[in-house]
Amino acid sequence: MALAQKTKEAFLGPLNVNNPVLVQILGICSALAVTVQLKPALVMGISVTIIVALSNVVISLIRKSIPMRIRIIVQLVVVAALVTIVSEILKAFAYDVAMQLSVYIGLIITNCILMGRLEAFAMTNNVKDSLLDGLGNGFGYAIILVIVAFVRELLGSGKLLGFQIIPDSWYVANGGCYENCGMMLMPAMALILVGCVIWAHRSINEEKK
Amino acid sequence: MEKFYQIWKRFGQNFQEGGKLSKLSSFYDAFDTFLFTPSTTARKIGSHIHDGNDSKRTMILVVLALVPALLFGMFNVGYQHFLATGEIVKGAMTCALFWKAFAFGLLAVLPYIIVSYLVGLGIEFVVAQIKHEEVAEGFLVTGFIIPLIVPIGTPLWMVAVATAFAVIFAKEVFGGTGYNIFNVALITRAFLFFAYPTHMTGDKFVRTQGTWGWDNNQALVDGFTGATPLTQLSTAETATYTMTDTLGNPIGFWDAVNGLIPGSVGETCIWAILLGAILLLMTGVASWKTMLSIFVGGGLVAFLFNIGGVDNAAANTPWYMHLVLGGFAFGAVFMATDPVTSARTECGKWIYGFLIGAMAIVIRVLNPGYPEGMMLSILLMNAFAPLIDWCVVRVNINKRLKRA
Repeated sequence: MALAQKTKEAFLGPLNVNNPVLVQILGICSALAVTVQLKPALVMGISVTIIVALSNVVISLIRKSIPMRIRIIVQLVVVAALVTIVSEILKAFAYDVAMQLSVYIGLIITNCILMGRLEAFAMTNNVKDSLLDGLGNGFGYAIILVIVAFVRELLGSGKLLGFQIIPDSWYVANGGCYENCGMMLMPAMALILVGCVIWAHRSINEEKK
Repeated sequence: MEKFYQIWKRFGQNFQEGGKLSKLSSFYDAFDTFLFTPSTTARKIGSHIHDGNDSKRTMILVVLALVPALLFGMFNVGYQHFLATGEIVKGAMTCALFWKAFAFGLLAVLPYIIVSYLVGLGIEFVVAQIKHEEVAEGFLVTGFIIPLIVPIGTPLWMVAVATAFAVIFAKEVFGGTGYNIFNVALITRAFLFFAYPTHMTGDKFVRTQGTWGWDNNQALVDGFTGATPLTQLSTAETATYTMTDTLGNPIGFWDAVNGLIPGSVGETCIWAILLGAILLLMTGVASWKTMLSIFVGGGLVAFLFNIGGVDNAAANTPWYMHLVLGGFAFGAVFMATDPVTSARTECGKWIYGFLIGAMAIVIRVLNPGYPEGMMLSILLMNAFAPLIDWCVVRVNINKRLKRA
C-alpha cells in the first residue's frame, strides 16, 4: 500500500500540490517566452513532457552505474540527446512551430524542471515511478503553459489555436468597439498571469487545509 | 443635522457584531466616516501632536487642488471640439460659446469620472469585504486623476479595464492604500498606453466625435490635425520645428501656459495646475522640494540638449517650453509628490525629483516612440524611491559614525 501511495504521489503530486511552475517556481522563463499563442505552448508542453519522462527513465535505468562525481554531466548528455531528437523531429514534421519556438526547444536542456527531477527523483527511484514522476511534472508544466497561453492568445489576438474566436464585427476597424489588449502580447503580462494562477492555486489549496 | 445623525447611528446598530448586516459593516463605516469625518482637530496645547490631520482630509485637499485643472480641462475639451468643427473661430469668443464649450466638455468628461470611480471604488469595497477591513480612502484621489490623464477619445470600457487592472495589480496585491509601490493612476495610464497603443498616440487628445449624441458626426474644418505638440515634436523630420495647434497656428510659450492646446484633460493649463500647487504647498500636503527639483532637473537637462549633443526637433525645443508642455507640470505637482510612492527622506526628495525631471526630458528627446516621458519617468523613479531613501539613510549613519 505504501508503495502504491508513493507511485500515485509521483504522478499526481506535480499536477497540483507540488506543481513545478506554481509551487517550485521552475521553468518560468520558457513559460513567458512561448505562451503568446496556444499552439507553440502546447507543443512546448508536450516536448518537455516527453523529454522529462524519457530522461527520467534513462537515468533511472543507469542510476546504479553512474559515478556520483560526474552524474551532472551524464544527466546533461542524456537530456541533450533527447532534446536534439525532439528538436529534429519538430523541424521535420512541424516546421512552423519549430521556427516559432526557435531557441526555446534547445533551451529545454537548461530547464530547471529537468535537472531538478533527474537529481531529486530519478537518481534514487525505480523506473516505473520515475516514468510517472516525469509525466506528472511534464503535464504539470504543460497545464500552466496552456492556461497562460489560452488567456494571452484569446485576449491578446482574439484567437485560439489560430482560429478567430472574437467575432470580426466587434472590432473598432469594423465598426464595433472591441480592441485586442496589446499588453497580453508582452512578456510582462505572462508573468502577471502566472502570478494570478499561483494566487488562485494557493488560495484554493489553503482552503482545503 | 443632529437629528439625521441620531437616525444614522440607530441604523448603524444593524451593522454591529451580531446585527443583521454585520458582514457589511465596512460599508457602513466608510459612509460613516465620509459623512461625519473624525471631529478631532489639532489641540491647542501639547507639544507632540502637531495636527489632527488624517488621510481622508489629505485626500480631499488633493481633490480640491485638482478641481481648477478639471474645470479648465472641461472647458478646453469643448473648446478644442468646437474649434475642430469650426463653430468657434480662434480669437472670437462669446459668453454663449464659452458656456457651450464648457457644457460639452462637462458631458464628455463626466462619464470618465463616473467609470473610474465606479470601477475603482467597487473593487475597493469588494476587497474590503473580503479582508474584513475598513474601506480605504486612497482611491478618492486616484479616481479623480484618472479622467484627467487619459485621452478624451478613449472608449470607456478601456478606462474601466485599465482602472481595474491598476487597482488590483498595483495596489491591492501590495496590501492596499499606503502600501503601493507605483502610482495607481499612472499605472492605469501606462496600462492603456501599452495595451491599446492606437488609442494613446497623439491625435486622440481632441474629442472629434460627439458626446451623449450631441454633435455626432460633425464635419471637421479643413486642415485639422489633432496631434499634440509633443507628438508633433516626436514625429517631426526637421531638426527645428514650430509646434502648431489643431488648426496650424504656431504655439508659443504663453499659449502652452494658458493651455488652450490639445492634450489630456488636466494637463494643459499651467495656471490651473499652479493654483492646485499653491493649495498643496500651503497645506503642506505635497513637498516643495520634490516639485522644485523636478523643474530644476527637467530644465537643466533640456537646456543641455539645447546647447548641443543631439540634433532633433525635441532637443532643439527651448528648455522652458519643455517644462510647460505635455504632462510635465501636472505630473510634477500631482503625481510625483504622492507621499506613498515618492522618496521620504528630505535629501532623497531632491534626488528623486531631479531624476524624474531629467529622465522625462531624456525620454522625450531620445525616444521618439514615447512622445511624453513624464509617465514613464515617474513610474521608474517610483521603483527607485526606496533605494534612494536607503542610500540617504546609510550615508547619514556613516557620517554620524565617523563623527563619534
